[in-house]
Amino acid sequence: MPSQSKSRAQRSTAIALPRGTVVVYAVVALISLAGLADATYLTVQNLAGETAVCGGSPDCFRVLGSVFSKIAGIPVAAIGSVAYFAVFTFATFAAFGYQRARTFLAVTVFIMFLSTLWFLYVQAFLLHAFCRYCLFSAAITFLLTGLIVATPRRP
Amino acid sequence: MRRFLPFIIVALVGFITVGAATVLYRAKRPVTLSISKEKAAEKEKQDLMHVRGPAQAPVTLEEFGDFQCPPCGKISGPLLEIEKDYGSKLRVIFRNFPFPNHQHALEAAYVAEAAGLQGRYWEMHDLLYREQANWSEGPDAKQLFNSYARILGLEMDRFETDIAGPTVKARVTADQERGKSLGVKATPSIFINNQEVPPKSLNPTALRAAIDEALKEKARPTPNAVPK
Repeated sequence: MPSQSKSRAQRSTAIALPRGTVVVYAVVALISLAGLADATYLTVQNLAGETAVCGGSPDCFRVLGSVFSKIAGIPVAAIGSVAYFAVFTFATFAAFGYQRARTFLAVTVFIMFLSTLWFLYVQAFLLHAFCRYCLFSAAITFLLTGLIVATPRRP
Repeated sequence: MRRFLPFIIVALVGFITVGAATVLYRAKRPVTLSISKEKAAEKEKQDLMHVRGPAQAPVTLEEFGDFQCPPCGKISGPLLEIEKDYGSKLRVIFRNFPFPNHQHALEAAYVAEAAGLQGRYWEMHDLLYREQANWSEGPDAKQLFNSYARILGLEMDRFETDIAGPTVKARVTADQERGKSLGVKATPSIFINNQEVPPKSLNPTALRAAIDEALKEKARPTPNAVPK
């Protein structure tokens, strides 16, 4: 019983992590900022109505103006912004030794990885067009997935 | 202090993100263009423009379009429906505004203008938009353009000569120059009675609402007409 409550406390409070693990989470947090900037830019573009007209990259319009660019009326880019911000938050807390944040981080990145695979499939096989901003986001998600997989599970 | 540090970092990044997004949105928010009286008068004088609908129509819809631009293609069908529904109340003007990063857009504009020299501009205009997905992606757009000309019954020798001739080039250039002078930067750019429709309103519902508003505006008595 005492050991159970100790383990619960360990998960919700900060514990000391090896320096290498802290560095990995700090890198994850920094990389997620690049994804956050990319997704936020696309969200603003969508809200400003730029994805409804031509003037920039035609391939980007084909992707960002397609039916796949929104889920229940919400721009996918906005969902991406929230996801990258969540990754940043969980990675920051994980770097400070919060055990639960590590689990949330892994789950979030895993969901993002699956979503990225779906959106790459949509671009390659359904839309036959690639948007460079979406590809940049995909690269970041793959990088984050790699880092999370490579991070040791136990401190 | 260390206990609160992650909360402070996360809150800071959150605030910076929202702040940067707000600044970017304000910078990107499109300025709605309007056509001055002088420019509107210039438009009426031009015999080069392509018009569908009666000259006395209370509402004029002027579109700057690129035949290879997907949003232009997407709106062309609903615009045809709108034209049919409003009948004699609406006059539509189409201006070429091909973008250089659209591989076949300029050629398509020439094709439409060459068809226009044989009196079939609007038929080619509608056909190019309807078939946009085919010729935009196809390996040989020129072959498809020729087949469209045949479908419309154009005289092929004249059509091919006209495409390469100076007349069609001058017409397209004139449209582009007009667009640039008005500040057009994207396609489709649609003006209803000389007032630009914001990009977010480039959908059938909002366009109908804008036309209805313009009709109401025209129906209102002008201050000069009010008896003293």
